[in-house]
Amino acid sequence: MKSFSNKDKYETEKKANTIRRQVIEMLMEAGSGHPAGALGMADIFAVLYLHFLRHDPEDPFWEERDRVILSNGHICPVLYATLAEVGYFSKEELKTLRRLGSRLQGHPHRGYLPGIETTSGPLGCGLSQAAGMAIADRMDRGDESESYFYCFMGDGELNSGNIWEAGMLASKERLGKLVGVIDRNNIQIDGFTKDVMPLEPLRDKWESWGWLVYEIDGHNIDQIYEAFEKVRSSPDTPKVIIANTIPGKGVFEFEGKYEWHGKAPDADEGGRALKELAEEDREIDIRYKGLI
Amino acid sequence: MTILKAENLNEGMFEENKERISTREGYGRGLLEAGEKDPRIVLLSADLTSSTGGGPFAERFPERFIQVGVAEQNLVTVASGMAAMGKIPFTSSYAVFSPGRNWEQIRTTICYNDQPVKIIGSHTGVSVGPDGGTHQALEDIALMRSLPNMTVISPCDAKEAYKATLEIARSDRPAYMRLTRDKTPVMTTDNTEFKIGKAMLFHGDIEGEADVGIIATGPLLYRAIKVARIMEERGYKINVLNLSTIKPLDGEAVLGLAERTGAIVTVEEHQIKGGMGGEVAEFLAENRPVPMEFVGVNDAFGESGGAVELLEKFKMGEEDMIRAIERVSGRK
Repeated sequence: MKSFSNKDKYETEKKANTIRRQVIEMLMEAGSGHPAGALGMADIFAVLYLHFLRHDPEDPFWEERDRVILSNGHICPVLYATLAEVGYFSKEELKTLRRLGSRLQGHPHRGYLPGIETTSGPLGCGLSQAAGMAIADRMDRGDESESYFYCFMGDGELNSGNIWEAGMLASKERLGKLVGVIDRNNIQIDGFTKDVMPLEPLRDKWESWGWLVYEIDGHNIDQIYEAFEKVRSSPDTPKVIIANTIPGKGVFEFEGKYEWHGKAPDADEGGRALKELAEEDREIDIRYKGLI
Repeated sequence: MTILKAENLNEGMFEENKERISTREGYGRGLLEAGEKDPRIVLLSADLTSSTGGGPFAERFPERFIQVGVAEQNLVTVASGMAAMGKIPFTSSYAVFSPGRNWEQIRTTICYNDQPVKIIGSHTGVSVGPDGGTHQALEDIALMRSLPNMTVISPCDAKEAYKATLEIARSDRPAYMRLTRDKTPVMTTDNTEFKIGKAMLFHGDIEGEADVGIIATGPLLYRAIKVARIMEERGYKINVLNLSTIKPLDGEAVLGLAERTGAIVTVEEHQIKGGMGGEVAEFLAENRPVPMEFVGVNDAFGESGGAVELLEKFKMGEEDMIRAIERVSGRK
């Protein structure tokens, strides 16, 4: 096992918090977008991009890279902010989100921006594409390949039959390099997932298709780190991480409220959110004082 | 405006014992050959491998064949992912299911994404026959020709389907090819030129004027040529254009035909609304409005029956084409 030192943890938490601030600033500037899922996934994106993803921002089309497929394309502000933070493009460009001529489309579009592997937004399509990539990679490079195929999904989009079709195929094709990450935040546009379309027992559904399931607290960086380590086992079995998250995480006003699925904060709301995140930044420093 | 005259057509196409092969079979041969030539070619099937022409490829290249089961949304999205890794995926199913059931996935993950996935929709038109209206795709051209980045091809016979398959296999862009179930007359030969985006004159003189221009797509082209010959005995001079690429439209050929005839009849085994005739009409309305008549399905679903009797019931028979020619001439 790789070691996840206190210094790593400190940097990861700081990065996740910075990503959250970027998300708020982008959405305020754009005047529309989806804050809840983006804020909720910041910790996982920080751990993945800082510690696990095989990629090279200087060479974004490096053939042997891992692929990140954002099936729930609407949470793209977290992906854009992460890509800018790790050096794919300038952070200044984040402010162009959703504007005419911007490479940062309201939902991500392949070819506009390095680091975007596919166009997404219409839900339910990502897992199949990630599966197709894993199949093609195995055809070309067999077991030698070190590439992993990470597919982020919202829990709401698990309603979609396309996901179920992919779930069965990945198991049949023994896609051990395919890793699904479900943002289990219990909300979707029309309300709570349990009311719109109950998903439980969610773990059983994936296990019944033949997947290995890891259920974690999606805000506990130790658990996130451990899950990304564990998915490296069992080369013939696809894996899914069910990350229990709080939508709007990090901004008290937004947390747990489905109303924030697809609404940008206004100047007052955004100002309060940024203040709260700035305080959290100082608190992270205090928490790690003497530990690193 | 230049119209290319097709050369080396099958001289025996009107003989009693003429060769009949389905376009899906022509596709199957083409796919096998494309697979031999290019290791990037893969085939994905949704539980309809043999009946859509994919059997020979699947047998020859099992390691490049993915069976997704009855799951057409998965069919095209998995293909999109494979294309992103450098493959040239062919997906085959019945057209009512693909591109019928999975249109949005094709739109977003293939066309908007601009991935070189080839959508092969077999069993188009009422000539599918006994399976009935559920399985007779009559809307696929409308669905596919409205998509940016998509090429739409409807081969007239098995040999053209074979050539079209090899051509789309060489292209790094999305493509849709519509195929038919029935064995239909082979009008072309190995030496007939086929080029994506190029319509060819299959009947009539390359020079001079004519009374009516027929633009046909798919195997109905055969009937259109037969009708042209019948009408010539009645004193009409008819040109018949094979529009096997519906999108991008060969505007030059369509315009040339409209200019020399001043009256156009379109013939297709598809809904009139949104079909090939619509594509031609949109173009001519802007560039050279001439009277037009549309032979196709008029806002109806098909039903069970034999191919020939269904074509007649749904007004795509020879008599229907004759009447369309008479009507359009009268409107000049």
